[in-house]
Amino acid sequence: MTPFREPPIRPEYELALPLPSLGGAPLGPAAHAPPAPRGFALGELAWLRKAALLLVLAVLWEGLARWYDNDLLLPTALATGRALVDGIVSGELFGYVAVSFAVLTQGYLMGIAGAFLLTWLAVSNRVGRELIETLTAMFNPLPAIALLPLALLWFGLGKGSLIMVLMHSVMWPLTLNASAGFRAVPETLRMAGRNYGLGGLRLVLQILIPAALPAILSGLKIGWAFAWRTLIAAELVFGTTSGQGGLGWFIFQSRNELFTDKVFAGLAAVIIIGLAVEQLVFQTLERVTVRRWGMQR
Amino acid sequence: MNTPTLQVVQQGPLLRAEHVTIEYAGEHGIVRATEDVSFDVHRGDRFVLLGPSGCGKSTLLKAVGGFIAPRAGSLRLHGKPITAPGPDRIVVFQEFDQLPPWKTVEANVMFPLLAGGMKKPEARERARHWLGKVGLARFADAYPHTLSGGMKARVAIARALAMQPDILLMDEPFAALDALTRRKMQEELQTLWQEIGFTMLFVTHSIEEALVVGNRILLLSPHPGRVRAELNSHQFDLGSAGSADFQAANERIHRLLFGDAVPTPATVSTSAYAIRP
Repeated sequence: MTPFREPPIRPEYELALPLPSLGGAPLGPAAHAPPAPRGFALGELAWLRKAALLLVLAVLWEGLARWYDNDLLLPTALATGRALVDGIVSGELFGYVAVSFAVLTQGYLMGIAGAFLLTWLAVSNRVGRELIETLTAMFNPLPAIALLPLALLWFGLGKGSLIMVLMHSVMWPLTLNASAGFRAVPETLRMAGRNYGLGGLRLVLQILIPAALPAILSGLKIGWAFAWRTLIAAELVFGTTSGQGGLGWFIFQSRNELFTDKVFAGLAAVIIIGLAVEQLVFQTLERVTVRRWGMQR
Repeated sequence: MNTPTLQVVQQGPLLRAEHVTIEYAGEHGIVRATEDVSFDVHRGDRFVLLGPSGCGKSTLLKAVGGFIAPRAGSLRLHGKPITAPGPDRIVVFQEFDQLPPWKTVEANVMFPLLAGGMKKPEARERARHWLGKVGLARFADAYPHTLSGGMKARVAIARALAMQPDILLMDEPFAALDALTRRKMQEELQTLWQEIGFTMLFVTHSIEEALVVGNRILLLSPHPGRVRAELNSHQFDLGSAGSADFQAANERIHRLLFGDAVPTPATVSTSAYAIRP
């Protein structure tokens, strides 16, 4: 007997289905909308889990510091927390943060302006593209801090040098990302734009920039991280400008005065601010734009 | 089939292509896409450019769109030479990314209207009207990435029709859809045409689609694209797809393109490889 068997012949049947109202037209958006973001509850849980992990690490740190018992080399977690709270309550930290932020904003914005100029050059013609490709390949890997001695020579001990290294740290990664983004705009979308009579600046503003937004945003994010760490490092190197120091200067100064808990508090402030900007500014920006439009998951 | 009553009979065709030769720079030198192609499209026509890949049909459509300049010959709309893209010739592309993802369905339809200088309330009203016509009124606020392929194609058609262009250029608009959705879209396009009576130039590689959608078919042979024949197909619609006449027309086209080889059932289908030599 062969293992092959005839499948049985079964009766046919038809079912009457209620017709959708618009003669076969699709149902309302609800029928097709993705299921409600259940990641939300899970996301909150992940948030909690991370907080718990941090707490565990803090407890370990506290234990280690107490066992080691040397406030000069390793202050306890509680002492660091106290120094941070003191700094915030007395307003001392805010002053430093404000100075850092003022310089950072200027450098960041100027870097963005520079990057858009370079990107425009890179996407407008072939020579420009090759020039920018070469320049980006050369300067993107160059640490901004390595330029600081030169910046000091050119602009002296002051804001000018800081802004120069900040611009350097923002400009190249942003140019790299933005020009890649512009080049990746689908040809169909460009043609559609031209089809409606858009050209020149209107095509750039209404088609190319929104279409390249995921890449531009990620360039801005990388640029921000680079600028922030460059600024703190630069402040550590030459500290105060015209009597006003930033967060880096605060860390440096606290070490000189052997307030190690303040050094730790300063570092914690650097981390917290970096995280806050990433979470509040960039995540929000991405949520209301590229993720909402399905251009990024 | 009832043809809509056309307005005044125009003097001469709406679109006239005369001895159009198009070349472009390929990887291995100059490629000639079409050679000496001439045809006339009249008002109310559903003019189909049919041929296998490499016959230059899409290139020809893009030249009509103004995206490519012919090497020789002329393309005239209303007797005026076509020099640049313009909103009087709206293109519906095959690719789904023709809809800017950052605009809702309604904003997508409004986009070319606003670009043309129309006031916002008027553009919104018109967008609503045309979205209703393609059965997407309830999706006005959805973003394109939440739509299915067929719905995206509908948005693109609504967007094109809302502009009320002189001629609708359709570049294999249903080729990326599944067979069932494609058939539904062909049906809906037919209904819209009967209702509104627009003029369109339709590119396809499917013999069946050409017969069903078009009233006149320009057959192009590949490498380079040259005119093989110009045929009538106004007598066919989706209902006649199985009829003997339809089969005969199908076989005739097949013979014109590939000689005497008898089409197997598969070649009647709309698959891409169907009419490759």
